[in-house]
Amino acid sequence: MSTKNVKEIVEFCQAIFEDINFTKAREWKEAVPGRKVIGYMPVYVPREIIHAAGMLPLGILGGGADMEVIHGDAYYQSYICRIPRSTIELAITGRLDFVDGMMFPSICDVIRNLSGIWQLLFKDKYVRYFDTPQNFDDNVGGIFYGNELRELKEGLSKLGGREIRDADIRRSIAIYNENRLMVNKVYDYRSNAPWKAPSAEVYLLMRAGMVLPPEEHTRLMQEYLAAAETENRSRRDNCRVVLTGAFCEQPPLPLIKSLEMAGCYIVDDDFMLVNRWILGEVSTSGDPIANLASAFLHHSAQTAAKYEVDMKEKGSYLLDIIRKRRADGVIFAAPSFCDPALLDQPMMVSRLEALKIPYITMQYAENSGQMQPIREQAGTFADSIKLWGAP
Amino acid sequence: MSKPEVVKSNSQIVQKEMIRRNYDKITSGRVKVSSTFVPGNLNELLMCFDIANNLPEINAIQNAMSKKSGEMITEAERSGHSEDVCTYVKADIGMMAKGNIAPNGKPFPSPDMLLLSYTGCFTFLKWFELLREQYKCPTVMLHVPYAADGHPTKNMRDYIVKQLREEVIPAMEKISGIKFDIDRLREYLRKSAKAEDDLVWMLEQSKRKPSPIDCYFGGVYYMGPIFTAFRGTDEAIDYYKLLRGEIEERIKLGLCAQTPEGEMPEEKYRLVVEGPPNWTSFRDFWQMFYEAGAVVVASSYTKVGGVYDYDNFRHDPDQPLESLAEYCLGVYTNRNLPTRVDMLARNVVEYEADGLLINSIKSCNSFSAGQLVIMREVEKLTGKPGAFIETDLVDPRYFSAANVKNRLESYFQMIDQKRRAGGSAALAA
Repeated sequence: MSTKNVKEIVEFCQAIFEDINFTKAREWKEAVPGRKVIGYMPVYVPREIIHAAGMLPLGILGGGADMEVIHGDAYYQSYICRIPRSTIELAITGRLDFVDGMMFPSICDVIRNLSGIWQLLFKDKYVRYFDTPQNFDDNVGGIFYGNELRELKEGLSKLGGREIRDADIRRSIAIYNENRLMVNKVYDYRSNAPWKAPSAEVYLLMRAGMVLPPEEHTRLMQEYLAAAETENRSRRDNCRVVLTGAFCEQPPLPLIKSLEMAGCYIVDDDFMLVNRWILGEVSTSGDPIANLASAFLHHSAQTAAKYEVDMKEKGSYLLDIIRKRRADGVIFAAPSFCDPALLDQPMMVSRLEALKIPYITMQYAENSGQMQPIREQAGTFADSIKLWGAP
Repeated sequence: MSKPEVVKSNSQIVQKEMIRRNYDKITSGRVKVSSTFVPGNLNELLMCFDIANNLPEINAIQNAMSKKSGEMITEAERSGHSEDVCTYVKADIGMMAKGNIAPNGKPFPSPDMLLLSYTGCFTFLKWFELLREQYKCPTVMLHVPYAADGHPTKNMRDYIVKQLREEVIPAMEKISGIKFDIDRLREYLRKSAKAEDDLVWMLEQSKRKPSPIDCYFGGVYYMGPIFTAFRGTDEAIDYYKLLRGEIEERIKLGLCAQTPEGEMPEEKYRLVVEGPPNWTSFRDFWQMFYEAGAVVVASSYTKVGGVYDYDNFRHDPDQPLESLAEYCLGVYTNRNLPTRVDMLARNVVEYEADGLLINSIKSCNSFSAGQLVIMREVEKLTGKPGAFIETDLVDPRYFSAANVKNRLESYFQMIDQKRRAGGSAALAA
């Protein structure tokens, strides 16, 4: 194992984060003739199947805070969130020209319709709207989902010109199991000692996983954990918060930094939920498609994009995280015009209010620039918890 | 000065009466009630269990047209609902907070079930999760996959049928205490198909010049019975027969479309419209078209509940559950953008329209996301100019009459200019 220090690792991740030409992914593709890259949008796609096809799953999370959106605004009205317009901008400006296909998960109508825009504008690309079941019975939603996974497998197999065998998928499942395990270790580590693993660093580390092959990302996280442990960082008297609602369009990095600077250690979040969507290990024996389907149906995260069959269970995932992470409160940070997050929020809030768990709400866009109000709001929230035990 | 009295046809009066009767039924306290959504609704199936069909979108529309929705939305926002989200949802939640009074003045009963037909709109899922918090009644999900490649697959159909068999029907049996009778369903579907034939005939009459009907503003009245609680009934068959008779008479007399202001004297512009109407200023909005001599010859909104005139769908009594699945899958907003473009472009060409007008709705991403691309693609395919206006469904804060009027006037000028030039005009309004 290398002996990179935290600074080097974070700089490496930051460079990947800032590179909206996706040079790392381009290099991966160019390294071996015939390689293919499949872009995917939040919140969940089964990357195992893409990986099993010998392709690189590339997380596309919009253009970020610094990209100037010129063309994208001609595609969307002002009252639609920013991620589709900056994603279109990435494509129109050729930054995704090396991407052979795009997957659009069933998260909301905007991302759903973006799949149609892709079909209209990029006719030579593989486009897959990826529907996941809202029925969680093995014999109903499970059968549907299994067939959708098989259809995805066949589509990628055709695109790649090679068969995707069950053994390939099992191997990829194992690789992603390992990756997920390491992601969870990083999250656990941060929760246990948030001053040693600042959220901005953890965020960049996870963002690197959107671009790097999973094997490389797993090694990077191992290195980070080892390096973070050797750092001598002082502990601040911050409160502990769970940040939720940011599962699709990402907040600007300064927002994450601002929250911690204002006195809120983020001890859990739902950024890039694809990394942690499946809650346990996916079995590597037997039918891999059935195993992926079963993991989705029975062992996956609860988010606004998923129907909760049992009203009593609504919010239980968030409450469990609050308990597990010993959080003092919750920050609902939702992108403006985000239907899933904003429609879900009143239900989540009611669960917190019933338990007198403090919370604040805020909205952002991926290019929000003014952090002073955020700092003030978060600072007041932290103070109210620390000084007066809010609410 | 108050507006002159609205001119109404006999079919409009009958339609209004039908909707009123349904509200009386819902609020009677004598029947089981299910709330469900308009797109792809399962009215025939609900009828098999004597369950009345209450549609929250229709309630929001009724409240908007009687100028009540604004306060309801504000009420919902006060209780923590974001300004950014669907105003149908907020009007519904605000209505509950204000006593849950139906348009007939009687209180809505708590529904016996929420039939979450998740068809073509993500918000539906959250909407009924929110209502479930209030009503705490059984909630049945029917997940309709998105026809992302332009056509439903066998896997999608099978999934829906399986949900109907294993989840939806057993839940309805339990709630109603009535055993499912597939022959009863077949009979309702037979009646649906009969009314649907007349409905499609009606839609196609606007190919005539002048068009005897308006297929957007007028269309919402004509679609009322089929998209709400009457599909599968004799009443719907009778209604569409009556409507057909009226239209035949108008054709015979060579009349232009009827509007609330009276007969349109001259048809100057023929438009295809994409997107739902604004409901809070419905009559003012329509009047702008009337004054300009613009008639809408086809619209996507007359396909919002289900699409009959594109790929010839009819409910099929020989394939009852499969046919319901097909209906849900075929809903306009459940179709991918290339299909929507094709549908609209065909309408522009086949109905000899002057162009495509998009009424983009602030709080309806299902319709609105991608409409600018749709407009450009339809322009490319047809060579006809498109225009774009922005309003909202039921939030009066987002209807700017002056702005909409200006844009419409510019658009009509552009069409004139194009006619004079006999060629292409600048495309953007």
